[in-house]
Amino acid sequence: MRRIISVLMENEPGSLSRVVGLFSQRGYNIDTLTVAPTEDQTLSRLTMTTHGNDQVIEQITKHLNKLIDVVKVVDLTEGPHIERELMLLKVRASDAQRAEIKRCVDIFRGQIIDVNTNAYTVQIVGNSDKLDAFIQAVGDADILELVRSGVSGLARGEKSLRL
Amino acid sequence: MELLSGGDIVVRALKDAGVKHIWGYPGGAALHIYDALFKQQDVQHILVRHEQAAVHAADGHSRSTGEVGAVLVTSGPGATNAITGIATAYMDSIPMVVISGQVPREKIGGDAFQETDMVGISRPIVKHSFLVTDAKDIASVIAKAFYIAGTGRPGPVVVDIPKDVTDPNHRVPYEYPEKIKIRSYQPTTKGHSGQIKRAIKTLLAAKRPVIYSGGGVVLGEASSQLTELAKLLNVPVTNTLMGLGAYPGTDRQFLGMLGMHGTYEANAAMHHADVILAVGARFDDRVTNTPNKFCPSAKIIHIDVDPTSISKTVAIDIPIVGPCDAVLQEMIAQVERSSSQLDETAIAEWWTQIDEWRDRHGIYSKPRHAPSEGNIIKPQDVIKTLFKVTNGDAYVTSDVGQHQMFAAQYYLFDKPRRWINSGGLGTMGFGLPAAMGVQLAHPDAAVACVTGEGSIQMCIQELSTCTQYGLPVKIINLNNQALGMVRQWQDMQYSSRYSSSLYEDSLPDFVKLAESYGHVGIRVTHFDELEEKMAECFSLKDRVVFMDICVDRSEHVYPMHVAPGSMRDMWLSKTERT
Repeated sequence: MRRIISVLMENEPGSLSRVVGLFSQRGYNIDTLTVAPTEDQTLSRLTMTTHGNDQVIEQITKHLNKLIDVVKVVDLTEGPHIERELMLLKVRASDAQRAEIKRCVDIFRGQIIDVNTNAYTVQIVGNSDKLDAFIQAVGDADILELVRSGVSGLARGEKSLRL
Repeated sequence: MELLSGGDIVVRALKDAGVKHIWGYPGGAALHIYDALFKQQDVQHILVRHEQAAVHAADGHSRSTGEVGAVLVTSGPGATNAITGIATAYMDSIPMVVISGQVPREKIGGDAFQETDMVGISRPIVKHSFLVTDAKDIASVIAKAFYIAGTGRPGPVVVDIPKDVTDPNHRVPYEYPEKIKIRSYQPTTKGHSGQIKRAIKTLLAAKRPVIYSGGGVVLGEASSQLTELAKLLNVPVTNTLMGLGAYPGTDRQFLGMLGMHGTYEANAAMHHADVILAVGARFDDRVTNTPNKFCPSAKIIHIDVDPTSISKTVAIDIPIVGPCDAVLQEMIAQVERSSSQLDETAIAEWWTQIDEWRDRHGIYSKPRHAPSEGNIIKPQDVIKTLFKVTNGDAYVTSDVGQHQMFAAQYYLFDKPRRWINSGGLGTMGFGLPAAMGVQLAHPDAAVACVTGEGSIQMCIQELSTCTQYGLPVKIINLNNQALGMVRQWQDMQYSSRYSSSLYEDSLPDFVKLAESYGHVGIRVTHFDELEEKMAECFSLKDRVVFMDICVDRSEHVYPMHVAPGSMRDMWLSKTERT
């Protein structure tokens, strides 16, 4: 089952390599990974999506907690949460295609953020399914380049992951 | 505040961390630190002959004392040679701080001479690591390293220090922190009392209980609590390889070691138990045999300081995360207060069953191997003789292989921290350097290194270190002229095709070899001279003695789990199975 795990950790050199190393060392999967400092510059917030059975997920959260640099760990998928991913794509857009792609972007509430004669650069934000659906709608053949940020997320309500 | 150079700070911080001995080997990137060591008397450096041995020696020191071991190596090959030792300590949760020199900061990443990414290369086998980038951080990093290594589930910590950070011409204020606080690291100090209550209720309702205890009881200084609880409940106890000595080996309630080469009674008791109290043990594959056939009718209570050990391989019914000593103490208190009692009739029946197992196939009720005779010396008899000659009170280190299993089976340890072996990683070459560490920590104690002609050659260069520092360890070499455990598996699974397990007459004369280092060498070829020569060996208190004992080449270690099977599926001899 797919899980979104959020980790608050010391913003120190080597912290990220410990997290990534843990996953490869123990044979766990990382599907997406995103990391950046928080409003407190001494802390980083890392969000990853992974999958595995309950026993594997339990071991993953326990092992993450065991890392000395890790302050707190939460499995966002255990409760109501919000998840977002950002995607930028460069799409072939010439002549007749231009209007069609523009319509599609509007339907997905995306934005065209760069334009030239033969291509649009599109930004789409949403959960991962929505991003997948957009890719399908546009069709592989017309995508020149694509980059996804990986999932970020927060728990709903007042619950927060902080010191 | 006192101004010191980085090199001086390293040494002063070691002293303030309580280090008296540090094991190591100098080299370019560590020379400022070595110069600082030269200028003082508080921290003694012991020069080994290979960095792997430095780590094993510090490890032996730690296992026998409970203190955090200390190691100093240089960059590059010094650091990589230390890796096997660090992995050994990591697998057995041994607290240790390894300081490695590193190339100067501005050269890091440039493939400089003797550069290796020590923090990177050691990452999967350390509890934590630090790269120190400023001289003023050295003291606090070393203090943190010792704190992290020695608390919670212990383990090795690497501190990598670039050479220019220890520059003798650059002085900074020295301050060793009085108290360590790390916001992201707060080890558990007590168990959940609700869980403990559930555990006691389950335990008191048991009809066939067993205590299965491991290295965590030794590391967590919980032997007396374990013994008290076991006595209070009259419950049988089995120890893992790492836990030997945690419960007195000669006590009636002790079933011997469990697992792959465990006793019949220990493995059978586990298999038939209705409640298992696992304490500081991690359900290792050398214990469980096939996990899904493990102890089918048992409810399992598991006490461990490390939550990742719980339900890792075997699902646990009642987990208790906390230090073994505190949790067991709380359990004793709850048992004493409890209104319910154990079912004494059921426990008595359980003991009758266990005694029947002991009598039927136990290795302590009568010898299960052929007797030694003439020039056939059975390795089991060597260990029994060692036990007798040392009154069961020696520190015994071992290497890895058949000799290790024979020592674990036949040397009955009554005290914790007496049995020093590489259980998790299974590192050949561990025994001799570990014995040096034990001997330096306990100068007057008898320290025996039980080894084989294969393992001893993996760190035999340390005979020279023993000479230099006067470390009178006793080497008990069970020489069967083969890599015995490899050959045993080749006998059992590969139709005796001895692929690379024999030496073809290339072994050295160990007696002469020992003598060339200034030690005493004794060869034993006949059983009737074994005890006398062993006694002579231990009477030479201030000498290193190398006993080269020619043992029966064909002997196998039994019992042995049949894989894939359950705990009770065992070979009892070459021809007999349960």
